[in-house]
Amino acid sequence: MIVDIIANIGQTALKFFAATGRIALFTLHAVRWTILPPYYFRQFVRQLLDIGYYSLPVVGLTTLFSGMVLALQSYTGFARFSAEDTVATVVVLSVTRELGPVLAGLMVAGRIGASMAAEIGTMRVTDQIDALDTLSTRPLQYLVAPRLLAGTICLPFLVLIGDIIGVFGGYLVGVYRLDFNPGIYLARTLEFLEVSDVMLGLIKAAVFGFLIALMGCYHGYNSGRGAEGVGQATTNAVVSSSILILISNYIVTALFFG
Amino acid sequence: MTAQPKIEISKLAKRFGTKQVLSDISLSVAPSESLCIIGTSGCGKSVLLKSILGLVTPDSGTITVDGVQTVGQSRAERENMLQKFGMTFQFGALFDSLSIWENITFRLRQKQPTPKKQAQEIAAQIIQTLGLDGQVIYQYPAELSGGMQKRVALARAIADKPEILLFDEPTSGLDPITGGVIDDLIVNAVKQLGATTLTISHDMASVKRIADKVAMIHQGHIIWHGSVDQMYQTGIAEVDQFVNGHPHGPLTAHVQ
Repeated sequence: MIVDIIANIGQTALKFFAATGRIALFTLHAVRWTILPPYYFRQFVRQLLDIGYYSLPVVGLTTLFSGMVLALQSYTGFARFSAEDTVATVVVLSVTRELGPVLAGLMVAGRIGASMAAEIGTMRVTDQIDALDTLSTRPLQYLVAPRLLAGTICLPFLVLIGDIIGVFGGYLVGVYRLDFNPGIYLARTLEFLEVSDVMLGLIKAAVFGFLIALMGCYHGYNSGRGAEGVGQATTNAVVSSSILILISNYIVTALFFG
Repeated sequence: MTAQPKIEISKLAKRFGTKQVLSDISLSVAPSESLCIIGTSGCGKSVLLKSILGLVTPDSGTITVDGVQTVGQSRAERENMLQKFGMTFQFGALFDSLSIWENITFRLRQKQPTPKKQAQEIAAQIIQTLGLDGQVIYQYPAELSGGMQKRVALARAIADKPEILLFDEPTSGLDPITGGVIDDLIVNAVKQLGATTLTISHDMASVKRIADKVAMIHQGHIIWHGSVDQMYQTGIAEVDQFVNGHPHGPLTAHVQ
C-alpha cells in the first residue's frame, strides 16, 4: 500500500520533470531559430496582426470595464476612511502595474494561445508539419519563431494601450459618476505615477506574450492525433499559459519590488 | 556489374512503445524504378516512408540514398538529402494558409527569392500539365475538391524536379475515375522526370498501373518482393489474399 503511494508519487514526479525537460528543450530550440536566419517576415507580420491588431477590441473592453469597476470599488472602500481623493492614484497604479498586464495577458492567452495551439495542432495531425520538413523548411523556424517574436513584441503595446483605456475608464466613472473635478482627477492620476510603474507592466507583458506564444506553439506542435488531440492541445495551451502568467507575474513583481 | 540502388534499406527496425512496427526490413529500389509497397492498415508502410525521409528515426538498421547513409545524419546533411525527394501525403498536407501557387512553389521560393509573378507563372504551368485550369493557383486548398487537392500535392512534389518521389496512398478517398487520372498523371510525371518512385497503396488497380515492382509488408517483415506481373502467382497465402481482396484468409485475424 505505502509502496504503491510512493511509486505513484515517483511516477508523477518523473512525468513532471520529463515534461519540464521537453518544454525547456523546445524553448531552447525555438529561441535559437528565432535568432538565426532565414527570417520569415510574412509569417511574422501575419502574427503581429493576429496577436496585436485583432486582440485590441478584447483587451480594450477588458481594461475599460476593469478601470471603471476599480474606480467604483476603491471609492466605496476609501470613502470609509475619508480617502476618496486617492481613487485616481489607486486606479492608475493598479491598472499599469497589475490589472493591465495580467488581464490583457489572460485575455490574449484565451484568444491567441488557443488559436495557435489549434492551428499548429491541425497542421500536425494533417501532416502539414511533416510536409514543411520534407520541403527543406524547419517547422520550428517557420511556425514557432515568428509567433514567439510577435507575442513578445505585441503584448507590451497591447498593454500600453490597455493601460490608457483602463485609466480612461476610471476617469469616466470618477468624473461622471462620482463627481470628481476632471482637472483634479487628471492631476491625481499623474501625480504619483512613475515611469517605472508603466515599465514594470510592460516588462510583465513581454514575459506574458512570450509564455502565451510558447505554450500555444508547444502544445500545438506536440498535439495528439485527431480532433480530440487538437482539442486537448488547445485546452492545455490556455490552462498552462494562464497559470504561467500568474506565476511569472509574482516572480517579476518580486524581482522589481521596492 | 549491377547499378548502385537509388535507395537501399537494410535490417530496418522500429518499435513504438510495446508495438514492434517494423522488424528486419530489407529492400532496395533501383534508379528510375517504381516500387509499390502494399500491406494491411497499420502494418508500418507509412513508418517506412517516414523513416526514409528522416521524419521517424529507426531503432536499428540502415538506409542509404545514392550510397549515402541517411540514418543519423546531421540536420544540414539531411536537408541536403531531402532536396532529392518529393513527397505527397495521404491527405495532401497542403498548407491551408497559403494559396495554391504558394503551395506549389514553396520549396522553390525557400531556395531562392522568386518574384511573385514568376512564381505564379511557374505554378500555373505545372498545374496545367496536370490537367487543371491555370486560375486554380489563386485559390486556397479548402476551396478545392479531393481530386484537385491530390493534383496540387503532386504539383508541389514535382515542382522542384526531384530525383525520388514518394507517394503515400495517392488515390485514397477518390472515385475510380479520378484515381485512374491521378495514376496516369503520376506515371507521366515520373516518366518525364526519370524519377525513382516509392508508393504506398491499398488500391490494387492503382498498383498495377504505376508499379514496376511490388513489395508486401506483413508483421513488420517484407514477405514478398517481385515484379507486378508476378503479383498474382506468388503462392504466398497472405499476398494472394491481399491482392485479390478476399475477406477470408490468413490476414483477416490481423486486420480484425
